[in-house]
Amino acid sequence: MIQVHDLTKSFGPHMALAGVDLSVETGEFVALVGPNGAGKTTLLRILATLIRPTSGSVRIAGLDPVKEGEGVRRRIGFLSHRTLLYEDLTAEQNLWFYAKMYDLADSSARVADLLERVGLTSRRHDLVGTFSRGMQQRLAVARAVLHRAQLLLLDEPYTGLDPLATQALTNLLTELAEEGCTILLTTHDLNRDLKVGRRVVVLARGRVVHDVPRAEVDLAAFPEQYMQLVR
Amino acid sequence: MNKDRELLGLLLIILSTVAVLAALGMVFLYAPRETTMGDVQRIFYFHVASAWVGFFAFFVTFLSGIGYLAWAERRWDILALSSVEVGLAFITMTVITGSLWARPVWGTYWTWEPRLTISAVQLLIYVAYGMLRSALENPEKKARLSAVYGIVAFVTVPLSWFAIRWWRTIHPDILTGGGGMAFTPRMGYTLLVSLAAFTLLYVTILRQRIRLERSADALAHLRAYLETNYIGGSHV
Amino acid sequence: MRFIRIVWAIVVKDVAAEFHTREMISAMLVFSVLALLIFSFALDLRGAVAQAAAPGVLWATVAFAGTLGLSRSLTREQQTGCIDGLLLAPVDRSAIFLGKALGNLAFMAVVEAVLLPLSSALFDVPLLRPGVLLVTALGTVGYAAVGTLLATIAVNTRAREVMLPILLLPLAIPSLIAAVQATGGLVEGGTLAEVGGWMRLLVVYDLVIVAVSVLTFGYLVEE
Repeated sequence: MIQVHDLTKSFGPHMALAGVDLSVETGEFVALVGPNGAGKTTLLRILATLIRPTSGSVRIAGLDPVKEGEGVRRRIGFLSHRTLLYEDLTAEQNLWFYAKMYDLADSSARVADLLERVGLTSRRHDLVGTFSRGMQQRLAVARAVLHRAQLLLLDEPYTGLDPLATQALTNLLTELAEEGCTILLTTHDLNRDLKVGRRVVVLARGRVVHDVPRAEVDLAAFPEQYMQLVR
Repeated sequence: MNKDRELLGLLLIILSTVAVLAALGMVFLYAPRETTMGDVQRIFYFHVASAWVGFFAFFVTFLSGIGYLAWAERRWDILALSSVEVGLAFITMTVITGSLWARPVWGTYWTWEPRLTISAVQLLIYVAYGMLRSALENPEKKARLSAVYGIVAFVTVPLSWFAIRWWRTIHPDILTGGGGMAFTPRMGYTLLVSLAAFTLLYVTILRQRIRLERSADALAHLRAYLETNYIGGSHV
Repeated sequence: MRFIRIVWAIVVKDVAAEFHTREMISAMLVFSVLALLIFSFALDLRGAVAQAAAPGVLWATVAFAGTLGLSRSLTREQQTGCIDGLLLAPVDRSAIFLGKALGNLAFMAVVEAVLLPLSSALFDVPLLRPGVLLVTALGTVGYAAVGTLLATIAVNTRAREVMLPILLLPLAIPSLIAAVQATGGLVEGGTLAEVGGWMRLLVVYDLVIVAVSVLTFGYLVEE
């Protein structure tokens, strides 16, 4: 699903990504960890077609995000700690709008179905500005998967969520993973976020420094190991 | 390679010095004393020459903006910002010389004369461009956004010129009514030499500004390299 | 056509969002009325002086009120990262630009719908005629287009709202001069043919601005 080879990105003199190699198969659930400034957000935004690489190659479902952007965008869903929702519109209106952007045929049915799934049907006529952070994030997930994305890119999605909302999000992601969605999630909180995902990739100073299946990660020893890797 | 550059630089400086001296000589010694306005009219050569350079510099910024959007290379951005800075100096000179000329001839510091007005508009655009750059931190964004602004701003200038011209013909300034000049061939030659001299001056100063920016870039790259590879004094 | 559907969806979205709070529109309207009053007092606009100054006062007010709306419209996208939401969708970048620009045009039109009759009454000038309305439309189209483009630039800066007027006003000069002159000519009893030169300038300005904006907008939003 994702093929990244020797990817670099520099912003002026600052090199955010210094040669990233990453390969993600369809259906994988990957947790991308790393300290602030490691390049996680940059990598994700390049995959989401929001930023162009400086050099290297990127393929998503075989397509080049720079040249075949529209094709890539149809297949991916993106979630960040910012909700990408219009606070002055209702939950329903937000989803309807994005349904039109993605040209969905069965928009009303799909919107109703997703609102049900994230438990916001009762609040569908309320302005998003009145929602709590947890509710906004749930709606944001609904927005991200509205068009039946094959790949879900999540940039620190747990930021600002209380334990209940965190659990709700994790449950939702697990469900989606079971349905065959490929998920790439970034995080810098090891304790909470390592429990999701089936593969752990560590990014530091713009490079991949560690890449193992989650089964091989000793949760007790990992924090120490992580410190060593990212120093 | 570097020696050739040095030689070219030196040649430019010599050429522009010669040209400016020649222009000065012609303006004060060769050009005739204008019949209606007297010696004050000699400002005209500097006024027109700097107006030309001010516009030309803006045109260079416009082209380098297109260049940057097409090829995303830093050198286009360097050219754009350098041309704006140098152009700003010249256009300021245009406005000041225009004002100084207006006072003794028409009794006021400002006339809405088309060339002066369009120069004032360009001045404001230059300043806006500079302010835009300083309000952006990310160097890539700075280059990209100012490139777009430079392009859009430049295309409005000819349109402004027409609008101002027509506006002035419909509402001629009562004060500037009789400001015609008796133009002789000698004045023509003087003007041409002034134009050439100022253009050479622009190129010389532009080149220096570009070199300055390149050095700043090299310094920034060096700093960034040291920071990523030698954090806190110890090699990572 | 999908392109038109997308543009329309964005316009509808902006209007619906504004409809819920009505903050921006009311701010623009109140500001415009206040501006008219201030101009009237400051320039002592009565009688013949008022009639001569009316087109200028009108357009100056439209220009300043416009910057309010333009800023607000783009800031709304910026706040919760919505501009990313638009960019993530498989839509043409120029569709995004046209959608935003048309939305801004609609808001300015609402303000003008109030300003024109009000100025007509206040300054005793016949502004509600087809010729004047046409000039107003042409002038606003160009202003909304270049304003949307520049607002997109300005939201990226630290200074934000302050930056927009500085960037916008020098570029709006051709349009402002033409609109004021054409309006003035028509109001004094001239025909459309007589102000034809100004009308042509407005049309050329609009075409050039829209073309350049559509071509360069993509570069503004993609890194």
